[in-house]
Amino acid sequence: MGRTLAQKVWDDHVVRRAEGEPDLLYIDLHLTHEVTSPQAFDGLRAAGRPVRRKDLTIATEDHNVPTTDIDKPIVDPISRAQIEALRINTKEFGIENYELGNKEQGIVHIIAPQSGLTQPGMTIVCGDSHTSTHGAFGSIGMGIGTSEVEHVLATQTLPLKPFKTMAITVNGKLPAGVTSKDLILAIIAEIGTGGGQGYILEYRGEAIRALSMEGRMTMCNMSIEAGARAGMIAPDETTFEYVKGREHAPKGADWDAAVAYWKTLPTDDDAVFDREVIIDATKLSPFVTWGTNPGQGAPISANVPSPDDFTDEVDKKATEKALEYMDLKAGMPIRDIKIDTVFIGSCTNGRIEDLRAAADILKGNKIADGMRMMVVPGSVRVRLEAMAEGLDKVFLEAGAEWREAGCSMCLGMNPDKLTPGERSASTSNRNFEGRQGPGGRTHLVSPAVAAATAIRGTLSSPADLVGSSN
Amino acid sequence: MDKFTVHTGTAAPLRASNVDTDQIIPAEYLKRITRHGFEDGLFNSWRKDANFVLNRPAYQGVSVLVAGPDFGTGSSREHAVWALMDYGFKVVISSRFADIFRGNSGKQGLLTAVVDQSAVEQLWKIIEEEPSTPVTVDLEAQVITAAGFTTKFEVDSYVRWRLMEGLDDIGLTLKHVDEITAFEAKRPSFKPTTI
Repeated sequence: MGRTLAQKVWDDHVVRRAEGEPDLLYIDLHLTHEVTSPQAFDGLRAAGRPVRRKDLTIATEDHNVPTTDIDKPIVDPISRAQIEALRINTKEFGIENYELGNKEQGIVHIIAPQSGLTQPGMTIVCGDSHTSTHGAFGSIGMGIGTSEVEHVLATQTLPLKPFKTMAITVNGKLPAGVTSKDLILAIIAEIGTGGGQGYILEYRGEAIRALSMEGRMTMCNMSIEAGARAGMIAPDETTFEYVKGREHAPKGADWDAAVAYWKTLPTDDDAVFDREVIIDATKLSPFVTWGTNPGQGAPISANVPSPDDFTDEVDKKATEKALEYMDLKAGMPIRDIKIDTVFIGSCTNGRIEDLRAAADILKGNKIADGMRMMVVPGSVRVRLEAMAEGLDKVFLEAGAEWREAGCSMCLGMNPDKLTPGERSASTSNRNFEGRQGPGGRTHLVSPAVAAATAIRGTLSSPADLVGSSN
Repeated sequence: MDKFTVHTGTAAPLRASNVDTDQIIPAEYLKRITRHGFEDGLFNSWRKDANFVLNRPAYQGVSVLVAGPDFGTGSSREHAVWALMDYGFKVVISSRFADIFRGNSGKQGLLTAVVDQSAVEQLWKIIEEEPSTPVTVDLEAQVITAAGFTTKFEVDSYVRWRLMEGLDDIGLTLKHVDEITAFEAKRPSFKPTTI
């Protein structure tokens, strides 16, 4: 019987397989950052263990960093201490760290693909659940906890049980104006936040093949919001084109050998998935969340649901609780929800293509009165590329703030936060209670919906701007 | 890691599904660089409500948490496990756990016991009617008992063995360092390096 993409990549990394034990899996690339690593380095120090493969490890500063005044010391002493700890640890253990101010600095899941470190057929881990992003290249990218960070630093391996595999086949073409973010939000609403637990997802089908690498990264990034530790897309010409010529990409004969190997990775025709979900791309429209988990979403043209719309008691109660926290009335049109702050950025939608999509819509427009809009590029390189294209001017002229690179308002760990009761339309990945700041209310949206919302002041799709006086 | 065989303690009912790790401990607490002292961050925003279950006098000193489905979703932060353990929890019972959370728990010695939602409902009923009911979680027999109610629970067999023996994962892996070295010798030259 044939094997799936996930099984092939997995099998090629098994160091040891023994009855009754998890597989010992080799890790090709370990990404680290300031938040989930200090306790791991302390563990190494206490046990007198070195880092096994410094040359397969990289660090950056992203979660804690401010996105303004980066030339000045970090104001929050606790954040500053955590960044300092990373600098001391990486120096002591001999790991390269892209510090704030370095042109390679940025969100960990943006910098590895852009430098060519992320390639097909790899195992990539990071103490961050959005490591699933790297699955867009046909790699197994997995989020790990701090104990596992320590384990990888010490051994370059992880003991793991094989996952089940789930195919998510997206047939047909996405209609104009519908993006990969809308698609993944619709998939999560379909299979639920626990639907992918225990699985590696593989996104397949015509609509997936048509996506750019940026779009694929957005899809795989949010696999974890469906409960799956990893999501993958088979490598193809789009993937090879993206990797080719990047700093860490194979060169010369190595390139040919690599491509020959990568071409063997796609799922065999006779492989069997443990579960298959089929989605019709042609029926999708811009999709947003109304609740407090990423599965609580609906088309932007829908109304806010009522607890009575659900038969399952758990869903009913979750809806009731979400509407209360979000301060929404069942049955109100989603398009009538008024937004205070628009955030464009994060490892989900902080890439150049996302900024271009938003700028396209904002060009020649002004954001609504009283609206706060923040545009935060995912890395310094994305920032420079956007500025070379003049996108920063488009954002500034529309009335948005143009910031430095970092995780920013995706999570309430740095100065960019919502205030209690403040409502955002955010291109990030989580709408949990208080995720963007205590008491903050989050609606997850695509960059295009974010831009249209900033102009109109209520949740809007770009189509809503046609004929609008604004 | 301490060995885990049988634990008996009182339990708190957490009647919520999708308790994500941002709820278990908000990001603000993740700035710390220590591995302990996270008990004050546990369920930080919910604990501001006097009626929250852990604030009620009847549930002081609990060591077992009985939660709704999809516990521990979201962020990979192991701080969620540290916060639960620092607070005094030894066991979390739910019908479904997020993969990363369950993995992190196993590394630290927090037992995640998987039972049917109907068993969760039974346990909620028992500990709400009589909060002082002792709940016993027997890892060897994989059985939970409370006031005459008994249910089997699922746990990964390898994690169960490690918890019962109190073994450190890194130490176990380093026994196979020769196999790691042999694997490294065969890695293709086109694989990238960071330096």
